[in-house]
Amino acid sequence: MTDSQSDLVQGTLDMLILKTLALEPMHGYGIAVRIEQISKGVFRVNPGSLFPAFRRLERSGLLKGEWRATENNRRAKYYSLTEPGRKQLKNETREWSRQTAAITRILEAS
Amino acid sequence: MTLLRRIFGGLRALFHKADAEQELDEELRDYMQTAAAEKMKAGMSGEEAMRRVRMSMGSPEGVKEKVRGVGWETMAETLWQDIRFALRMLRKSPGFTAVAILTLALGIGANTALFSVVNGVLLNPLPYPQPDRLVVIYAKEQGVTRPSISYLNFLDWVRDNRSFSALAAYRGDLFLLTGIGDPESVPTERVSASLFPLLGVKPVAGRVFRPEEDQLGAGPVALISAGFWKRKFGSSPGAVGKTLTLDGKSYTIIGVIPASFSYQETGFHKSDVFVPIGQWDNPTFRDRRSGLAKDAIGRLKPGVSFAEAKAEMEGIAAHLAVMYPNANKNSSVTLVSLKEDIVGSTRPFLLVLLAAVGLVLLIACTNIANLLLARSTGRSREFAIRAALGAANGRLVRQLLTESVVLALIGGTLGVLLAATGTQAVLKSLPEALPRAEDVHLDAHVLLFALVVSILAGVLFGLAPALKSWRADIYETLKEGGRGTSGVRHRMQRILVAVEMAFAVVLLIGAGLMIRTLARLWSMNPGFDPHNVATFNVTVPTTADESPEAIREMLRRIHDAITTVPGVEYGSWIAGTLPMADTTAFPFWLEGQSRPTSETEMKLALSYSPDPELLKILKIPVERGRFLTAQDKRDTPPVIVIDEDFARLYFGKEDPIGKRVNFAILDISPEIVGIVGHAKQWGLDENGKSPVLAQFYLPLEQIPDRFMALTAQSYLRFLIRTQSSPDAVYSPIRYALENVNGKIVMYDAKSMDKIVSDSLAARRFAMMLLAAFAAVAVLLASIGIYGVITYLTQQRTHEIGIRLALGAQPRDVLRLVLGEGLTVALVGILVGLAAALGLTRLMSSLLFGVSASDPVTFLITTVVLLLVALIACYMPARRAMRVDPMIALRYE
Repeated sequence: MTDSQSDLVQGTLDMLILKTLALEPMHGYGIAVRIEQISKGVFRVNPGSLFPAFRRLERSGLLKGEWRATENNRRAKYYSLTEPGRKQLKNETREWSRQTAAITRILEAS
Repeated sequence: MTLLRRIFGGLRALFHKADAEQELDEELRDYMQTAAAEKMKAGMSGEEAMRRVRMSMGSPEGVKEKVRGVGWETMAETLWQDIRFALRMLRKSPGFTAVAILTLALGIGANTALFSVVNGVLLNPLPYPQPDRLVVIYAKEQGVTRPSISYLNFLDWVRDNRSFSALAAYRGDLFLLTGIGDPESVPTERVSASLFPLLGVKPVAGRVFRPEEDQLGAGPVALISAGFWKRKFGSSPGAVGKTLTLDGKSYTIIGVIPASFSYQETGFHKSDVFVPIGQWDNPTFRDRRSGLAKDAIGRLKPGVSFAEAKAEMEGIAAHLAVMYPNANKNSSVTLVSLKEDIVGSTRPFLLVLLAAVGLVLLIACTNIANLLLARSTGRSREFAIRAALGAANGRLVRQLLTESVVLALIGGTLGVLLAATGTQAVLKSLPEALPRAEDVHLDAHVLLFALVVSILAGVLFGLAPALKSWRADIYETLKEGGRGTSGVRHRMQRILVAVEMAFAVVLLIGAGLMIRTLARLWSMNPGFDPHNVATFNVTVPTTADESPEAIREMLRRIHDAITTVPGVEYGSWIAGTLPMADTTAFPFWLEGQSRPTSETEMKLALSYSPDPELLKILKIPVERGRFLTAQDKRDTPPVIVIDEDFARLYFGKEDPIGKRVNFAILDISPEIVGIVGHAKQWGLDENGKSPVLAQFYLPLEQIPDRFMALTAQSYLRFLIRTQSSPDAVYSPIRYALENVNGKIVMYDAKSMDKIVSDSLAARRFAMMLLAAFAAVAVLLASIGIYGVITYLTQQRTHEIGIRLALGAQPRDVLRLVLGEGLTVALVGILVGLAAALGLTRLMSSLLFGVSASDPVTFLITTVVLLLVALIACYMPARRAMRVDPMIALRYE
């Protein structure tokens, strides 16, 4: 059993989590499902990678977690972006686009 | 910012571990329930949904472990666990632990102690501001090492150079102090006014010299040392402004030099009084041809490199040689950085000792590695089980390394304590010649060194067992019930023992070479008999303007007073040179040759000016003619006696007796009346390369008038031969001198035996330490080989039992075991011999009369170590011989 249908490029999981949380606070399972859905099933994120990433991002102050009631009235830990998280996302997105554009150019050059 | 947050996050997690764990638990449970609920919505049964979730997620414990692994606190916690476990394991085998810690404490302690010496002497900067800008300048003349510099030349250097912000010259003397308590002789340094500012020394009271006070005719002023200030004035600030009477002349005290001031240059003495050198009006001092200023020191201007300064100074010296060919032709200057000048000569011997003590530690590590390897046999089952339960290889290695590093740190701590007490003891046994001995402390650098060495040692000796556990095949180990007989380990143990033997060989050869060097030196004939001979200085109360005849009369009276003391057989003044102590040399040319145009082109000979009794005191053999006699007086024709080297070097096969020698500076042409044996002036290791070999003896009575005052002030020593040990006669002599004149002071008494043995002090110290290291090395290596052979033989008990049952004789078993041990030892010895061939060359500067590859030393070392190995293997071999085959077979 693999972590994902397609292996995530090293270091991109953090960026995907930040992006997912940019819209609204979510809990762990929600984030996993959202990433899987938006990527049309290409990325399936396993809790073994997801939870360490939460811990990492929380420690660096990019995420903030708090316990809240869910829609079906259970308690779950909701993660939301902090201000530094937002900045980080912006930076990473810009850097990512720059790099992918460059890589694409290289791959398409003949 | 992020770093801080991480640290605090980690700390919070450590302190609120239960909370964090619970939160993680809940979060995971929530995740699984939500996931299962989603799956149930899609129509799965509750049980099936949960099973799917678990399957895709893996073990929740695994996930948690990964999450915990994010912060640093988990690493710290694992480390803490490992350390506690290690301590438990060490407590469980107290015997092993004690031996290992003691071995390490000795090894690390010795290394720390020696490193603190190296650190204080070689590595720490000198205690002056910007010490690397300080440069010592001395004159360079052919055939003389470090001649003193001429003060007039020095003044020209000061005037002409652009490289130095300041230059200072100095010269030590002894002044007779009167007027404060009993008369005493005080070591005094004549210094340039620039010396203290140049070295960054600030007075604790008053001020230092002004440049205008460093001139002829300026008012006499003096600075005193803090020790002298305390002793004579109770450190009262009122001392400044008081008057000191030195050699009958009054000096005004203008300031006090702090106790922390130390300037450990070869030509600079620990002095109580400092006076400006520029006020000294002695005509010889003011003669460009004589070098009465010892050395000079300078501080480079910012931005001027050492090479630039050297080039400029050499240019100035060349210019002076042209200007004053009579005094300076062929002479130049040498520039050396102050630090190099002070510690340069001790570097090779300290580094050899550091290398040796490092080898001892390596041997200690090897031994402990072997102990650990043997011990790990008993633990291989423990490791196999832990591996089977899922401990990763890396985790086990980390555990083992933690154990050995913990062991090493405990040993290291003990070692530092040993070093703290031991270093001072070592320093006391150090030769007086060791510069900067007071700069040796256990400072932060030394502690850091001890820490690094301990950790390295721990990793080093922990590596062998750790690597073995990495390679171990758990299934095999479990099957064998933990006896583990993998060949890899045994090979490793043999290699370690061989390595140990090799190290021991290197150390033993090093020590052997030093012992043979010392033995050679002790058996050298110094050319005179030092037993029951003593020497001391006497302050002759004269003033510079006293008549030469009055001085001679005073010397005669002192001579008579000393020689009539019971116990003193003979006594003699000696001016100028004393074997292995002072040196004075004069340029000369022979009768019949034309006078060289400058003194620097003349040959040099060492000048000894004694009374006739010197011959009976030093027992120097007369080879031809006669020695000086009481009939050689001031008003008789001047005569000299030369030594055999003078005759050989400058007369060849000609007969020197009856010939005349013309001496420059002295301006006399005495006739040679005899030839005596050569006294080794430069120490027992004197050889053909020593600076000046030729020697001549000029009667003290015949020293030219204009040199008498200078001679009496700074160049005189007294020599006595006594019936028994000279120590007993010092106080009667002191008493006899007081009766002659209350102002006469005797000081610095030393037996000639001590002077001779001091000339070997540095080598003797190196030999003693090397011998001690070698002894420890051989002991450790023999324990090592004994341990391993015992262990290997025990492992083969079964096999030996079978052999005996099948008819092997005990003799065969003996041969089997001894053969195994000796093979290992021999391999180690051969490797060690090869290594020693390369390494001992590094210590050749310490050797004398022995080549670095001395075959005798190499042979003896080989035999000694083979014998040690034989004895170490014989004990397990005997035990093996007595194996009862029945018991051995049943036991298995």
